[in-house]
Amino acid sequence: MGFFEQHILSILIWLPVVGGLLVLATGDDRGADIARKIGIGFSLATFVASIPLYIGFNSSTSDMQFIEHASWIDRYNIEYFLGIDGISLPLILLTTFLTVIVMFAALSSVRERVAQYVAAFLIMEGLMVGVFSALDSILFYVFWEAMLIPMYLIIGIWGGTNRVYASIKFFLYTLLGSLLMLVSFIYLYNVTGGSFSIQSFHDVPLGMTAQTLIFIAFFSAFAVKIPMFPVHTWLPDAHVEAPTGGSVILAAIMLKMGGYGFLRFSLPVTPDASANLAGFMIALSLIAVVYIALVALVQFDMKKLIAYSSISHMGFVTLGIFLFTVRGIEGAMVQMISHGFISGALFLCVGVLYDRLHSREIATYGGVVKSMPMFAAFAVLFAMANAGLPGTSAFVGEFLVIMASFDVNAWYAAVAAITLILGAAYTLWMVKRVIFGKITNAAVADLKDLNSPEFLILALLALAVLAFGIWPDPLINVMQASIDNLTVLATRSKL
Amino acid sequence: MEAIYLSIPLVCLFAAIVAGLFGTHIGRRGAHTITILGVGIACLLSIYVFVDVRNGGIFNGAVYTWLVSDGVPFEIGFLIDQLSATMMVVVTFVSLMVHIYTIGYMHEDPGYQRFFSYISLFTFAMLMLVMSNNFLQLFFGWEAVGLVSYLLIGFWYERETAIFANMKAFLVNRVGDFGFLLGIAAVLFVFGTLDYAAVFSTAPGAADMTVMDPFGNEWHWMTIICLLLFVGAMGKSAQVPLHVWLPDSMEGPTPISALIHAATMVTAGIFMVARMSPLFELSETALSVVLVIGAITAFFMALIGLVQNDIKRVVAYSTLSQLGYMTVALGASAYSVAIFHLGTHAFFKALLFLGAGSVIIAMHHEQDMRKMGGLRKYMPITYLTALIGSLALAGIPPFAGFFSKDAIIEAVHHSNLPGAGLAYYAVLSGVVITAFYSFRLLFLVFHGKERMDEHTRAHLHESPRVVTVPLVLLAIPSIIAGWLFVEPMLFGEYFGSSIFVNPEHDTVSAIAESMDGHVSAWAMMSHAPHSLPFWLAVSGIALAYLFYMVAPGLPGLFASTFGFIYNMLVKKYGIDELYQAVFAKGSLLLGRAFWKIGDIAIIDGLFVNGSARLVGWCSSIARTVQTGFVYHYAFAMIVGLLSLMSWYLWS
Repeated sequence: MGFFEQHILSILIWLPVVGGLLVLATGDDRGADIARKIGIGFSLATFVASIPLYIGFNSSTSDMQFIEHASWIDRYNIEYFLGIDGISLPLILLTTFLTVIVMFAALSSVRERVAQYVAAFLIMEGLMVGVFSALDSILFYVFWEAMLIPMYLIIGIWGGTNRVYASIKFFLYTLLGSLLMLVSFIYLYNVTGGSFSIQSFHDVPLGMTAQTLIFIAFFSAFAVKIPMFPVHTWLPDAHVEAPTGGSVILAAIMLKMGGYGFLRFSLPVTPDASANLAGFMIALSLIAVVYIALVALVQFDMKKLIAYSSISHMGFVTLGIFLFTVRGIEGAMVQMISHGFISGALFLCVGVLYDRLHSREIATYGGVVKSMPMFAAFAVLFAMANAGLPGTSAFVGEFLVIMASFDVNAWYAAVAAITLILGAAYTLWMVKRVIFGKITNAAVADLKDLNSPEFLILALLALAVLAFGIWPDPLINVMQASIDNLTVLATRSKL
Repeated sequence: MEAIYLSIPLVCLFAAIVAGLFGTHIGRRGAHTITILGVGIACLLSIYVFVDVRNGGIFNGAVYTWLVSDGVPFEIGFLIDQLSATMMVVVTFVSLMVHIYTIGYMHEDPGYQRFFSYISLFTFAMLMLVMSNNFLQLFFGWEAVGLVSYLLIGFWYERETAIFANMKAFLVNRVGDFGFLLGIAAVLFVFGTLDYAAVFSTAPGAADMTVMDPFGNEWHWMTIICLLLFVGAMGKSAQVPLHVWLPDSMEGPTPISALIHAATMVTAGIFMVARMSPLFELSETALSVVLVIGAITAFFMALIGLVQNDIKRVVAYSTLSQLGYMTVALGASAYSVAIFHLGTHAFFKALLFLGAGSVIIAMHHEQDMRKMGGLRKYMPITYLTALIGSLALAGIPPFAGFFSKDAIIEAVHHSNLPGAGLAYYAVLSGVVITAFYSFRLLFLVFHGKERMDEHTRAHLHESPRVVTVPLVLLAIPSIIAGWLFVEPMLFGEYFGSSIFVNPEHDTVSAIAESMDGHVSAWAMMSHAPHSLPFWLAVSGIALAYLFYMVAPGLPGLFASTFGFIYNMLVKKYGIDELYQAVFAKGSLLLGRAFWKIGDIAIIDGLFVNGSARLVGWCSSIARTVQTGFVYHYAFAMIVGLLSLMSWYLWS
């Protein structure tokens, strides 16, 4: 094996970080074009470098692959320990793919401090890949917290009018939860007799009280991140204020870290507490699906509506996870990947409109199809995907989770399936008011249709959404062994 | 053969994609040429497959594996048997007629290519639905036809009514899909697979599986499965109380009202229940519900048809009522009769809609029948074909509708399920109403005084050949499809194993017995003058003649005398207003309450910003201690020192 094969995960983490630092060197906006080009170059290189992960991945085993192991802080046995399985692989590919999309989106939508903007996203990409590939809990924690900084800056600097409130709310909300997670890691370090390795956490026996406390600590980190009801209120604010690219990464990838956390930590480390509290988790998930969908229905701001829609969709993820069945977790994973494409695409669509008219209000628009037919076609496609239409990737996740929850309790499935109605209601009502109808004002009449970078990124996302909707087997196939194994870990007792 | 099966839907999909994505490049002629070519090929191949199936060429196999979840494969595949082959021919033939007709109907529309792309896409989706060999693909097709219906109802997107109607249609259908998807989940739970063949073969063994509901009642799984699936059918096939979307769907262009909202898509629910006959036969409760819902729809929707003045809406309510008839047939276990009526109805209802469209073009997009009249002499072909359609709809022998409707009434007559008695009278009285409103339409539009304005009258002329040829081609099966197919379809081995009927419920055989085994089309026709439905239909026509030709004052008199009933019918029983007030306004109210009270006031106000304020308050207290005066700090130090020392001494 060559150097590249042995260090592919490190390359995926550090290549974009180096790229980000390089971009910063281009300085102020006189070098904006160079900054954009470096951004696209590095994100493309990272994406290309991530493809061998898929090609070389052995989907017949649940063992960690592409492992890198080096000591870091010997005194506490903290290691630089990377590796992926079928759960982290799709999330890493999603990260590298969407960063490319965001870089292309930045071509036309960002005009100020371009270098810093591009740098923030590149650095964040590396850190996010780090989160998904870290197998040492402290390393995981470092990536997890470090990732907050670029996002905090992105909202705080390139955000809207109320950006300071939103960015601080985002930062504090997510920080508080993570600190409790750190405490749990230190506790687990003592219990395991001096190891921060996540796999050693999986194997260590724990009493019920300890498990419950650790579960609550993990919950406070991951439930905030994903976010679950009732700790979701930071998300709409953050989305509304964030620039388009920030919203895309936030919705498409950062939220998934909560789901990833539940799968990587909560279920295998505290299986008994998870099972005990599963009813509570499912209740919160179902509340999210229905309550949040109704809240989404009455929003005036497109970004807020999509943000609430995201929370509602994430309800399906947590529902699927806490069913403790293979199919439930498969559904949750597919839902996460699919939501990455669809929410990203929807935020980009709002961005396209915002770049032109500088308004996110639904009432500003109406009859957009007349002046932007190409854009309207994409918007309707992604809206239908958001409503879970079969043939799009969103249906796969919702279908699997509903099927899985019926096996556990038919009433769970009945409540979850309400999303079929409400999801379609809030999405199509927005489409009706924004896309269709008579043109209400001169500004809408003068709208220019998509330019080529916009067309390119929306077309790429549309292809992804349709491809995984029509043939999701390759995606599920990669995850199968790891999910089977995870289900075994989650259903054995650790007492 | 597999290649042929696959190419039937794919050729339509291909044409739809080309016309949709490259419409501006290939132009109008290119768009309609490629889509008509596609559907034409699909139609010919379907007929070929149909003949092959009649000769025993039944196929059941997978195309590809969609995904494998927890060891269970979910596949995309085809089941080609008598039932699906029949549907394929009906769908592609009507679709082809509508494609041709569209050239004339839409020739001035700027969205010409888009329209052709949509209807070809629809044909693809509908074919995938009927050709499916499993529940998953059925749901795919089910939702895909719903999507195209949404796009086509809202085709004229600048009309507020159109874009309201399409959203309403989609959402009401989603209510049905809610039940449908849960039904599929129940099938997967009980049988562990979604493959038709596997489910149907193990279904009898699962007939006795029960489950308790939270109130302690015992339910058969089969009843739950069938009722949930039927909720889906109620949405798609517009059965009461999920019927509200279909009349509004008339906002779409007329060709799609004919294709989607009369002939094919709305019959998907009927097809689905017939396909699931091995399951429904195991639950008399479910059959009974199907019977009653169908009867309610057949009777009450027909009544609304009496008072409509919009030509398309009369036909729309007629469609609702006829869908009710088909549903009644399903409930009476006469699945073959339901499919038979589905087929004849597809022809004569598409004919009536396209005829209405022809009138609408001639009238410069005027749809109010009160402004028409006497069109017979301007549009002889349209008139003649509309007359044939109306006679078929009214159920006059030897037209197609007679055979299928008569068989439905007889089947219900022989059914012993709870609700069958009520259903029998509902479908029987429905016959008078149907005959009345169809001839009311005919008389108001084609006979009597010419009530249009001078300008319109001056431009009245028969529609072009692309419009009239499909009318004639649809009129032919509206005449002959009945007596041609009644014998094999109902009393022969036409459907073979594709439909299963429990011998205890076999109402179709009971009809044959009651006819002493003389089950020919000729026997049915010669029996007609001795039967009630025939005279009911004739009296309906006679009444319409009396009301609209002899004494035109009568309708007004009746409307004012029975004002309450008249108003109720005009208001469609107030169901739309009820739904709007309860479901639409209710969800918005609930959403606003959750948002303003739950999210903003409680979570954000009390907890998030509240804890921020708490921290702020604590620090403001703490701040007052930090005075900056040295003697305050010195005092604090002394107090601290003293307390520590005393604690040390006394403990």
